Amino acid sequence: MEILFVLLILMIVGSIIALETKDLLAAVISVGTVGLTCSVAFLFLAAPDIAIVQVVVEVLVLVILIRATINRDTTAISGDREFFGMAVSIVLLFVIFIFGIKVFNDLPQFGQPIIALFSDAPSNTYISRGLKDTGAANIVSSVILDYRAYDTLGEATVLFTAILGALAILRSKARKKQKETGNK
Amino acid sequence: MIYTLCLVLFMVGLYGVLVKKNIIKIVLGLIIMEYAVNLFLIFLGYRIGGVAPIITRGADLVEFTKNSVDPLPQALVLTSIVISLGVIALMVALCIRLYERYGTFDITEMRRLKG
Repeated sequence: MEILFVLLILMIVGSIIALETKDLLAAVISVGTVGLTCSVAFLFLAAPDIAIVQVVVEVLVLVILIRATINRDTTAISGDREFFGMAVSIVLLFVIFIFGIKVFNDLPQFGQPIIALFSDAPSNTYISRGLKDTGAANIVSSVILDYRAYDTLGEATVLFTAILGALAILRSKARKKQKETGNK
Repeated sequence: MIYTLCLVLFMVGLYGVLVKKNIIKIVLGLIIMEYAVNLFLIFLGYRIGGVAPIITRGADLVEFTKNSVDPLPQALVLTSIVISLGVIALMVALCIRLYERYGTFDITEMRRLKG
């Protein structure tokens, strides 16, 4: 799967550009490139449902982020953080990287998932009996909406809470402004 | 090898969160970390030459069971992607409020946040 290497390297380069460029709008658009590349990678990994959801979510994230950055002054960031904090961060990143590579030794090889190694893995039940149990031809949707429907309910709760929090944070500003204009 | 590249992508995001001073850059770092984790979970469920977990009309079910990729990571990553949208909206709302309060995105200038 050489195409996956190409896509991953494109994602890494896009992320570095997004983090290092001075212009905030350019940074946001670079992250959009990374997300859409991620969606293409999902397509090559035989996950069409996730690719579709990733495209939709990516567009919404771009809209939200551009709303945050446009019309605001590009705040001039002078220099980096102090040297000691920078050095500690780099050492921390290095240590996490080493430990992560160690962990990959214990994982099954790429292309041999758990379901191929253990025949009694739960996913094997979903694949072999999903059509008979739930009547859904798409096994992913039968897992989301039938076998693990409570997870989806929890997801909806988390999403609702997060959106409610965002609305509450943004609304207190509007109320304060109303009061100020009322005083004038 | 491909897992290592995924870890490098995660590290780039973590670098942004740890080192950058602009708060929008920190949010972008978190988004990049989310992409890396989602992609890694899908990698774990991939089978070389596997087919998407969708049963087509007239397909042989035994053959499909041998060839399909793992549907469980896909279902849970689907949940994770949608939740990340809500979290990003919350973070950006906080950023907008901080900008209106302090007039800057620079986190080292937000000293009055203490107390």
